[in-house]
Amino acid sequence: MSERHGTRRTGRIGRRAALAGLCLAGGLLTVVGAHAETALLNVSYDPTRELYRDINAAFAEDWKARTGETVTVRASHGGSGSQARTVIDGVDADVVTLGIPSDIDAIAKLTKRIPEDWRGKQPNAGLPYTSTVVFLVRKGNPKGVKDWGDLAKPDIKVITPNPKTSAGGRWNFLAAWGYAYNQDKDAAKADAFVGTVYKNVPVLDTGARGSTVTFAQRGLGDVLPTWENEAYLVLQEFGADKFDIVVPPTSIYAEPPVALVDANVDRKGTRKQAEAYLAFLYTDKAQAIFAKHHYRPFKPAAAAEADLKQLPDIKLFKIEDLQGNWDEIQKRNFDTGGLFDQLSRQGR
Amino acid sequence: MVAPPRPKRRFRQASVIPGFGLTFGYTLTCLGLVVLLPLAALVAKASGLGLSGIWYVATDPRVASALRISFGVSLLAALTASVFGFLVAWVLTRYRFPGRKLVDAVVDLPFALPTAVAGIALASLYAPNGLVGAQLARLGIQAAYTPVGIFIAMVFIGLPFAVRTVQPLIAEIDKEVEEASATLGATRWTTLIKVVLPPLIPAVLTGFALAFARGVGEYGSIIFIAGNLPYVSEIAPLLIVIKLSEFDYGGAAAIATIMLGISFLTLLAINLIQAWSRRRFGYV
Amino acid sequence: MSDLSLTAAPAQEEAASEGRLVRGLLIGTAVVFLALFLVLPLFTVFAQALSRGVGAYLEAFFEPDAWTAIRLTLTVAAIAVPFNLVFGVAAAWAIAKFEFPGKSLLITLIDLPFSVSPVVSGLIYVLLFGSRGLFGGWLQDHGIQILFALPGIVLATVFVTFPFVARELIPLMQEQGNAEEEAALTLGATGLHTFRTVTLPNIRWGLLYSVLLCNARAMGEFGAVSVVSGHIRGLTNTIPLHVEILYNEYNFVAAFAVASLLAGLALVTLALKSLLEWRYGAELGSRARH
Repeated sequence: MSERHGTRRTGRIGRRAALAGLCLAGGLLTVVGAHAETALLNVSYDPTRELYRDINAAFAEDWKARTGETVTVRASHGGSGSQARTVIDGVDADVVTLGIPSDIDAIAKLTKRIPEDWRGKQPNAGLPYTSTVVFLVRKGNPKGVKDWGDLAKPDIKVITPNPKTSAGGRWNFLAAWGYAYNQDKDAAKADAFVGTVYKNVPVLDTGARGSTVTFAQRGLGDVLPTWENEAYLVLQEFGADKFDIVVPPTSIYAEPPVALVDANVDRKGTRKQAEAYLAFLYTDKAQAIFAKHHYRPFKPAAAAEADLKQLPDIKLFKIEDLQGNWDEIQKRNFDTGGLFDQLSRQGR
Repeated sequence: MVAPPRPKRRFRQASVIPGFGLTFGYTLTCLGLVVLLPLAALVAKASGLGLSGIWYVATDPRVASALRISFGVSLLAALTASVFGFLVAWVLTRYRFPGRKLVDAVVDLPFALPTAVAGIALASLYAPNGLVGAQLARLGIQAAYTPVGIFIAMVFIGLPFAVRTVQPLIAEIDKEVEEASATLGATRWTTLIKVVLPPLIPAVLTGFALAFARGVGEYGSIIFIAGNLPYVSEIAPLLIVIKLSEFDYGGAAAIATIMLGISFLTLLAINLIQAWSRRRFGYV
Repeated sequence: MSDLSLTAAPAQEEAASEGRLVRGLLIGTAVVFLALFLVLPLFTVFAQALSRGVGAYLEAFFEPDAWTAIRLTLTVAAIAVPFNLVFGVAAAWAIAKFEFPGKSLLITLIDLPFSVSPVVSGLIYVLLFGSRGLFGGWLQDHGIQILFALPGIVLATVFVTFPFVARELIPLMQEQGNAEEEAALTLGATGLHTFRTVTLPNIRWGLLYSVLLCNARAMGEFGAVSVVSGHIRGLTNTIPLHVEILYNEYNFVAAFAVASLLAGLALVTLALKSLLEWRYGAELGSRARH
């Protein structure tokens, strides 16, 4: 092969490579260009994917009608703890809507981007909706699960997410503890009861969604204690002919709060839109959407009657009434060396 | 146009080939920025805990058991991958059969298939209601969501290392030596053990170490299938992610540093095996 | 060369090889093992993706989020792969063409990302660029976003694919020696001209081969990217992360459909790689790597 031929060939390849590079650079520019319009970022927890898809669309429409501005709300979802971690590490979240108050506390403490008194900034301590924990069981409830006490029976397999990473996992843990504590007001007995329940757990997924997939798709376990909204979603997605929802007589008052990330909205200049977004969550329109997705709205009057009927009457207890403030709850149960660590050490 | 080889002239041996300063400098800069600086940040973060702090994290029963699971299962998986990898490499180089080239191409699949895809595929296969899982369940074996699941995922990703390090050396074996051995009255088995196998050992060890190192660190394909139970099927990389979710950066860095140290030792071992093999057998 | 032995006397051939039965048994074991461990998972991806028909399969690609994920993945690969290509060629040139002390340490360090857990690869950038990390405060003051944006994803990808090209080229160029380059240079060619006309044609197939694998890994990386991405829908989700999201939304068909895109990429990679090996096996060097 003559040398000139070889050079011409590399020349052609070089030109082609340059062309490809140009195309890719163009692609890159469009990716960057997508930032131009006002975009809010809502960092949320695992099971709210379907909910915020509706809420975000409704807000964008509402905002457009009121101000003429186009705003897109992006959402990111995952285990509540991991999501809080990304905000701490610098995700540009305008608002956080997490699964448990202690995760917002952690952001406030570690970064100061959210004021420590965030609970006072929104109506109802930052809770546009609340929820609770119910049981999902296999059709016909073959193991006869009725109440939290049944989860500690020796022949029951319980599927629940890892309380270290998942807010849903933490609510399940606290609900089981609260149930046992309310039986005879003995904290040591309640600790032991939770230990027995977690001996029955064959898989600890990192998020509520992981646990649902394990239970519903992979067919593992007899009972899935889960967010009320998640239980109904499973019936919708996997078919009501495969599972039943069992509502225990008592359960926990689960508080998934929302907060503005002050430092981020001020830096990005999105305070106006972000505040409006949070305020929108308390409007009748949003409240109705919460109820439609089986969350318990702050203002039930705004929700459709049919949706409210789906939310059963359960006696709900607040974990704060039993264990003190959230710092204490977090430290007692989930921090390194806390109750969960002690139990898993015994449980092996 | 080529950077003048300043004082480096004495650092490297003389050569007419230009470009040492440029390429060497560029290599070091990239290596420094992409690999060394970030890893230094990790070690710095962990050393903030002090040696006693790292030791405290490492001996925490949950961390210790995660490390034990990661390293223990990876060891078993690398062993399995080595045995079957050797078999596959042998079959592929020594025998001619229809579809051989296809089989040869398939071996590299785990290199090319993203780990998350492998993870969801393996999980749906080996779950109790999956294609293979259902058969295993009938035998009373639960694969997914137990250490067996971790093992399967690790064998999957480790296999190509085991095959590809041994394969070229099997191809290079001089058949005449085997024939001589046979002519001298050795049985086939004796020939294999005494003549064929010894020169291959360094390559088998290298493949084993690579599969092992890769298995210890693997995350994507395992978390879907492992079950992630503390003390039972929780792997060390997952524990790093969990520590991060608990905002325990020091703890995450400490586990990462321990893993990094062991990876580095494994790599060093590979290089020593290769150096030894070069001296003993004259090739790698 | 092994074909020669087929012409040897049958008895001797028997002694220097395994019996027909053993041979069949070994081939059978190997094939069954590979089918069970490697092919079946791949098959599952496609089977699940098509389990509700072609329509449901294609639907997964009509979603705008899927397209952003695809575009992001392509962008990341388009930056990370050329970077590692240039690095790999430079490193191989410095290491293979020259003798200097500390060479094996340098090679070990280049290899290091191979054996670092992907999670750790992500973690190190969090520790560097996270807002509580080493440079986090400075970056924030200057309004530069690295983590949870394109730069962070690119960095993590560059890290995990760092050794691919270098490790392929170093042994190849070492084997080929310096004689041809020295001849060209002695004849008066410039260094760059020598590289383009002498070295590059010698290593091009090895280069292409390593770029293929590097690209497959860059597009498929999950662990490292999941730590630094922030999982923002339509913004920082790569294809593997999008698969995970779909999977977590109970959208299994779509998850496997998008996964089949990556599996298809893997198949194309393997096909091209095998093609290269069959046609240019000798030029690729006698020793397979990683």
